[in-house]
Amino acid sequence: MLHSGINVLFEGRNFARLMAGLWTSTWIAVLALIIGLAIGTIFGVLRTLKNRPVRFILRIYLEFFRIVPTVVLLYLVYYILPRSLHVNWPATWMSVLAFALWVGAEFSDIVRGAIESVPKNQRESGMALGLSRLQLFRYVLIPQAFKLELPATINLATRVIKTTSLLMIINIMEVINVGQQIIEANNQQYPTGVFWVYGFIFILYFILDYPLSAWAKRLTAKQK
Amino acid sequence: MTKKIFNWIMGILAVLVIATAAFFGITQPGLNGSASGSRWNNENNVSSIKRRGYIRIAVFGDLPPYGWVNSQGKRVGYDVRLARRVAKDLGVKVRFVQVNANNRVDTLNSNKADMILANFTVTPERKKVVSWAKPYMKVSVGVISPKRAPITSAKQLQGKNVIVTKGTTAENYFTSQKGVGLLKFDSKTQQFNAIKNDRGAALADDNSYLYAWVKRNPKFTVGIKNIGPNQYISPAVKRGNKSLQNWMNHEIDKLNRESFFTYDYNKELKPYFGKEIRPSDILKQGK
Repeated sequence: MLHSGINVLFEGRNFARLMAGLWTSTWIAVLALIIGLAIGTIFGVLRTLKNRPVRFILRIYLEFFRIVPTVVLLYLVYYILPRSLHVNWPATWMSVLAFALWVGAEFSDIVRGAIESVPKNQRESGMALGLSRLQLFRYVLIPQAFKLELPATINLATRVIKTTSLLMIINIMEVINVGQQIIEANNQQYPTGVFWVYGFIFILYFILDYPLSAWAKRLTAKQK
Repeated sequence: MTKKIFNWIMGILAVLVIATAAFFGITQPGLNGSASGSRWNNENNVSSIKRRGYIRIAVFGDLPPYGWVNSQGKRVGYDVRLARRVAKDLGVKVRFVQVNANNRVDTLNSNKADMILANFTVTPERKKVVSWAKPYMKVSVGVISPKRAPITSAKQLQGKNVIVTKGTTAENYFTSQKGVGLLKFDSKTQQFNAIKNDRGAALADDNSYLYAWVKRNPKFTVGIKNIGPNQYISPAVKRGNKSLQNWMNHEIDKLNRESFFTYDYNKELKPYFGKEIRPSDILKQGK
């Protein structure tokens, strides 16, 4: 029985549909990462400054996005924002927004940690050379922090890719949502379809995430 | 060394997978019958729907034979056929929004769709939050159980777990029954998987599609066909959208006159239900 179930993946245009679903997950994750990393870098740098109000506000921002579960965030942007603020964008853009803000929050903490762990004498040497504060960040701190934050950033990326599976709750046609449609539509013909469809989705996610995690591991090993 | 080769292979595979995904995702938009949302617009009365040229109708994506997606990626089913007919009679295109049982109300209230045709049962609680047109089907809650341990009366449920989907009438009904444990799930897929894996003694849902499901899953039986009050399924529109509500009432009268629902039943539901169910068990027609 089991070997016949695999055909569910190639019935009609099911394979193309699953791949199209995966593409939706991928571009949302990538776009959210790009925007989120930009936000996170700026906020991370601001958080190393001595200005107390700025640090306080950014701290609250970080804690909010770190504590609130992603499911709740998605509900918030998809159902609550349209009703209360009359912001009614397509679901995909709303999810990019939610994910980007979340990535921004997590990344700002990574950047702050990395900048603070650049050896103190580097900062002092820079100041002794007469660099302005902007130049200090641009030429001394950020390049060195970049190496330190890379493994953590890649880990964050793998988490974002995995978390796109939650997008099905706001009715985005991502890979899990398509998988469920296929399972229900082929229940009669392929009772074991559920195993093959989820198995295939597992493999897809693994293929996307494994290279990233291997890369992060290698970078960590190099730093030691 | 082998590790290194493995990592290389995985890296190449990842690139290939993304390339294929991008190929299908970009070259064939709408492959999964997806609906793009639209900008905020309070105007969802009949004339503004006609002006914008499309109507957004919320349907199920994983509930054969009412609303589901076939292997070609096309939305089909009893509710979907009705939706396409409604759009045709309005003279506009149809855009589908896929919903689950528990976000049907939110979908209307957040203005993600103009109308819901997703097996939506009229209840007093729901009357407070959405507006209903005339009913097009009748249902009540049914209970399925495995044939080897059938449950045929409400008494047998005492002290056992019943599987339901959140936001359904079955959940409402059993929440008010004392001594019955509930296992709640988010989607139809999940609830049917739960009963297959023996997570509960029985599963309660609208009897209209339990009949269909049991036909496909002969190890189970609809032990209790009717429990709780008889109820109706209606199109729902956003609360206060009088214009669309009235238009839909006329539309349903018209469709009843030309026996559209019997036609729809024979096309979409009959193959799933088998002979023991007749159209009059499901349809709400003024005969």
